[in-house]
Amino acid sequence: MSAEGIRGRFEGLFERDATLVIAVLGALYLAYILAGVAFGYELRGQLNSIANLTFFIGVFGMLALALNLHWGYTGLFNIGIVGFMGIGIYTTALISKPPVGDGAAQVGGFGLPLLIGVPVGVLVTALFGLLVALPALRLRADYLAIVTVAFSEIVRFTMMSRTFQTFTVPDTISLGPLAVNPAADTVGLGGGGGLILNYTNPLEALLRALFLWEPYLGFVGFVEANVISNNPKPVLDGLLYGIVLIVFVGLFYLLLSRMGKSPFGRVLKAIREDEDVANALGKDTDRFKLTAFVVGAALMGLGGILWYSGRGSITPPSFRPNITFFIWIALIIGGAGSNTGSFLGGAIFAGLLYEGPRYFKNLVQTAFELGDAPRNFGEAMAGFASLDPMPFILYTLDSVSQLRLVIMGVVLIWLMHNRPEGLLGHRKETASSVDLARPGAGGSTGKPAAADGGEEQ
Amino acid sequence: MSETDESAAGESPPVEETAADAEPSPAGDDVSGDESSPDTDLTALVEDDPDTHAGDDDGRYAPLEVEGLRKEFGGITAVDDVSFDVEEGTLTGLIGPNGAGKSTTFNLITGMLDPTEGTVRFNGEDITGLQPHEIANRGLARTFQIARELEEMTVLENMMLAPKGQVGESLWRSVMPFVRGSVREQETEQLERVWEVLDFFEIDHLADEYAGNLSGGQRKLLEMARALLTDPDVLLLDEPFAGVNPTLEKRLLEHIHELRERGYTFLIVEHDMDLIMNNCERVIVMHQGQILKDGTPAEIKESEEVIEAYLGGEV
Repeated sequence: MSAEGIRGRFEGLFERDATLVIAVLGALYLAYILAGVAFGYELRGQLNSIANLTFFIGVFGMLALALNLHWGYTGLFNIGIVGFMGIGIYTTALISKPPVGDGAAQVGGFGLPLLIGVPVGVLVTALFGLLVALPALRLRADYLAIVTVAFSEIVRFTMMSRTFQTFTVPDTISLGPLAVNPAADTVGLGGGGGLILNYTNPLEALLRALFLWEPYLGFVGFVEANVISNNPKPVLDGLLYGIVLIVFVGLFYLLLSRMGKSPFGRVLKAIREDEDVANALGKDTDRFKLTAFVVGAALMGLGGILWYSGRGSITPPSFRPNITFFIWIALIIGGAGSNTGSFLGGAIFAGLLYEGPRYFKNLVQTAFELGDAPRNFGEAMAGFASLDPMPFILYTLDSVSQLRLVIMGVVLIWLMHNRPEGLLGHRKETASSVDLARPGAGGSTGKPAAADGGEEQ
Repeated sequence: MSETDESAAGESPPVEETAADAEPSPAGDDVSGDESSPDTDLTALVEDDPDTHAGDDDGRYAPLEVEGLRKEFGGITAVDDVSFDVEEGTLTGLIGPNGAGKSTTFNLITGMLDPTEGTVRFNGEDITGLQPHEIANRGLARTFQIARELEEMTVLENMMLAPKGQVGESLWRSVMPFVRGSVREQETEQLERVWEVLDFFEIDHLADEYAGNLSGGQRKLLEMARALLTDPDVLLLDEPFAGVNPTLEKRLLEHIHELRERGYTFLIVEHDMDLIMNNCERVIVMHQGQILKDGTPAEIKESEEVIEAYLGGEV
């Protein structure tokens, strides 16, 4: 395979997928900016809305990519995503929260920097992934689903449990010859009250690690002096965090597409299609499933950390299974089996289904200057008595946040009927590190579809 | 090797003999073929025959030996004390009426099922109870009764999956920036073999097609091609001709004969008596989980018990 051939192939891939990604993202951002204009947002409001959108595109994109490794590639039916996310952020919090003394009202942590806390969080998630996978992967797909969803609920109830609310850490822990004296005295999962994430701001920690903190502060000062006079830092923080998330999405994509486009990914696909066949062809399918599950779980842990680490606190109710199903919807929209599709699904889900309804409601209310909505369903229906649908429409609009799930359901049903393979058509990325065209035949396998790289994606 | 095979199976039917005449045994010559050498072409690859170890006392080496195999499902004994061996470079047929235990025997040999009793030996090694992938990696490949393609993978992906010892199957190699080069190199080498085998089975025009879009017969071809790429010594084919039209059946048979002449060993489960009788040099007849008769087609045809049990005494 010539270097030109490889480059040509990557260019072809880049053009096709990148165009689509840019088009979708462009449309989403444009819609949000236009909505902002309609709301009469100042620059600050616009930037806030963009930062918010970027955040959700980032987290859903990332998690959909991680789920794609489980379901799209390996066919592992994991519906316990949120459990792994929770383990990730709780571990990070436990490691990095500042220590508190004995008898403090609050639970503390070990006070280690986030640069240690985040990798440990990912690692611990991976270990829990292993713990779940070891017994469950020998079972049939539906049993794995039951085990994972039960696991994620166990995780949530453990977070809430009084038993794990606080622990007392002994003053010295001796590890063989090594005696450690952790600063922490009281740690724990915080019970129903959750944990206050009072460690260093993750963005600040990251920028300091990259020696970019001072330049960033300088930039903030510049913006304050010239563009947004009124405390622009939170807005810029949000935007920057969004960019960090997008960078992580890129890293996820790189890692996962490399995994997919290799003999490793090929075996995963074969397991998805027919495990017995893969086994009969000499592949140790249990080992492959285990590896894929653990890696995917670790990525979900990292996704959870990035989602919640910027929040002021975490509480168990944030880790209900609905998050898991949101990510599933994102993956289904995008098309399971395709990494680009997974990210696009995450972006579209975040922009249209997750955040969209609220914007739509505000937009309609701004546009039509509607009056107050009825306070309950009875009043809403009462309008029909006089053939006036207005109260009902207003009521519906007002409860649009609650109706989000209904809208998601409708979209899913529509997709299942009209495009079950997802937006991007699924399972197209050829699992190989090289172009599979006949060697020396000019990259053509005689099929026009392959000649333009169409099937080679 | 093959000359002795043919003379030993002297009374075998005409197809056998013509095949032997046409191809003067390339199999025995190339025993030093290097399996791992990537640029061996298909011919060298299939001729290469590492198992010419001194075999049993009678001089014919039997890579696959089954002894006292028994499988019980609850109260039902599906396979009952089955013993046979498959000699190198032969085409052995395993026939019997429905429910005779043929497929179960296959599954017991290939590790899909664990036998209740008995041993399976392959190239002198006890492989009873090993995992299917361990058995496959020792050089015993199988196909399935209903062709099981990896439907949402292309024909090429199906084929590329099969070769043994792919370095890129380790996660870190496929991901890390520098070692990925070695993965690419190996895949490029592998790809040449894949295309050769595709050409051999004349399914190269389907290379970019999703396996799910192939016709039944094409699937059978692909499945055999795929099994071949695992570099097996012995191929177990479970009803390779079921649902295949006569033209394709002929083609499949030609391929099988050609491969056998190159030194491959085949054990074929089949319903079609004529097909087995006309093509195999040895036939094992199973009935109600037991071996009824084991011999040359001519012997089988004359056997009273086979005619009684299997053919209902009508022939």
